[in-house]
Amino acid sequence: MKRYLLALTLTAALAACSSTPTKEQEGAAVEDRSGAPVATAPAQKPQTQTTGPVTKPLTDKSLSGNPLKDPANILSKRSVYFELDSNVVRDEFKPMVQAHARYLQQNRNQKVTVQGNTDERGSREYNLALGQRRADAVKQMMTLLGAQSEQIETVSFGEEKPRATGSDEQSWAENRRADIVYPND
Amino acid sequence: MIRFLGALLVVSLLLAAGAARAALTIEITGAGASQIPVAIVPFRAEEGLGQRITPVVEADLARSGLFRTVDPGGISPVPHEPEQLNYEQWRARGAEAVVIGAVSKAADGRYDIRFRVMDVAKRTQIAGFVYFASENQLRLTAHKIADVIYEKLTGEPGVFATRITYVVKRGSRYELHVADADGYGAQSVLSSNEPIISPAWSPDGTRLAYVSFEQKKPVVYVQSLLSGGRQAVAAFRGSNSSPAWSPDGRQLAVTLTRDGNSQIYLINADGSGVPRRLTQSSAIDTEANFSPDGQSILFTSDRGGGPQIYRMPVGGGPAQRVTFDGSYNVSPRHSPDGKSFTFIQRNGGRFNVAVQDFASRQVQVLTDGGVDESPSFAPNSRMILYASRVGGRGILAAVSSDGRVKQRFTADAGDVREPAWSPVVNK
Repeated sequence: MKRYLLALTLTAALAACSSTPTKEQEGAAVEDRSGAPVATAPAQKPQTQTTGPVTKPLTDKSLSGNPLKDPANILSKRSVYFELDSNVVRDEFKPMVQAHARYLQQNRNQKVTVQGNTDERGSREYNLALGQRRADAVKQMMTLLGAQSEQIETVSFGEEKPRATGSDEQSWAENRRADIVYPND
Repeated sequence: MIRFLGALLVVSLLLAAGAARAALTIEITGAGASQIPVAIVPFRAEEGLGQRITPVVEADLARSGLFRTVDPGGISPVPHEPEQLNYEQWRARGAEAVVIGAVSKAADGRYDIRFRVMDVAKRTQIAGFVYFASENQLRLTAHKIADVIYEKLTGEPGVFATRITYVVKRGSRYELHVADADGYGAQSVLSSNEPIISPAWSPDGTRLAYVSFEQKKPVVYVQSLLSGGRQAVAAFRGSNSSPAWSPDGRQLAVTLTRDGNSQIYLINADGSGVPRRLTQSSAIDTEANFSPDGQSILFTSDRGGGPQIYRMPVGGGPAQRVTFDGSYNVSPRHSPDGKSFTFIQRNGGRFNVAVQDFASRQVQVLTDGGVDESPSFAPNSRMILYASRVGGRGILAAVSSDGRVKQRFTADAGDVREPAWSPVVNK
């Protein structure tokens, strides 16, 4: 049922977004936008919800770990997996997508790319479009949860850059995926 | 003859552009319903050439599946002129036509290659031509001769003097290759660590449009085969893919996601100007392909649920669905004669090449490979080139539009995919 609600809210978000014209023409220039005069340094660390002992992050930036690369941080998780012929972001991936959305909300100058992928079966070009649809589904959820549309470029690799190279169910499932990618990854 | 020299020029420039590569080998796995018996007599003085002519002609004709070559051995003297022909001997061997010819040195140092196609029953000349060629044009000349024989005896234009392009993946390396239609003389025109897909020939055969992922996303490029220079013509925000040339070579239909979902736009082939959106749907619209008259496009859309093939006027207007068999029909390509289109149809998890007639709406499934993709017509509408897989490796294959003749291309190494057959170069 949660999934249906999510689908509904995503649909609403889609409807809202589709009326926003994109002025950007040169898609390659992802980092060229400098609209908001916000400080470029990461403003705040994402909140970690803990019970029991309270920990505090170091304020010394040079010593602090990059939350995007910290294996203990959910932000280090980047992949959303999809069912066959589906672009529905399943509930299990929502906390991760939400964490990235909040990170973008807190870092308005941060840009990301969401890369959609498919398994190898069928037309390469149609798969490219299906991968795009998956990337767009992740983006819609992120914008719904606080990220700005301009912060996220969605692209597709279709079936061209498989993480698993086998021709079996397990490989196909691994490749039905969208990855959230930061510029310095 | 001017037109012939133009083609030679293009090819010799191509040869200069890159190192020669290992050839594709083509084996025939099916034949035409009836085969025309033809004898190709070795041309006078061709033994002296670096590349003999008649073996190439004979291989071309045999590979088409429409000819049976009659052994010309043991006839003495070997005929090179019409008056030397003993028609009774050739009739006894079952030949309907005999090809004779001779090679000599022209005054300018090139070779003078003249040949005649003789009708055995009528004892008359069907065709006779002379070509002038330098050493590195001998193979092309042989293909031109095969084209003449093919056209005179089948009534359809031959396509032996054309080329094919395809992508080879070796390890993590991708190369875009151009080879002669018989697989000979393959050379790399682009090499990349990122995928290359969807190569498409410009109508004049001098440029290739393709999608490259080298910028960490799909971007459409147009590359000149003459200079090797290239240009990103669609690099908008999001994904850019599926280039299709307009018949006048000035525009490309491409799939862009700059405004949201995958939609088809028209752009100038030189990358100038602002894209004009052709399709207006909230679904996926992609894989555009122009009709030969340039008036309409076929494309793949899942606006009705699963992917099906639709047709719409380029000038604007509603799209009409044209495929109704099955739940997955993709990758449409018009036949150059405009009468039909080829596409990939999925049946029970198997992907095969099919062809549909526009007038009768009759669908014929032509292959049974199960993993076939990316079909494209030869410029005479007779053969369809496509990608398949055998033993876990990508290969190219071709099937005649009636499903009878089947060819398989094999490369020395690597995965071969994304083929496209060049147009006939008319300049």
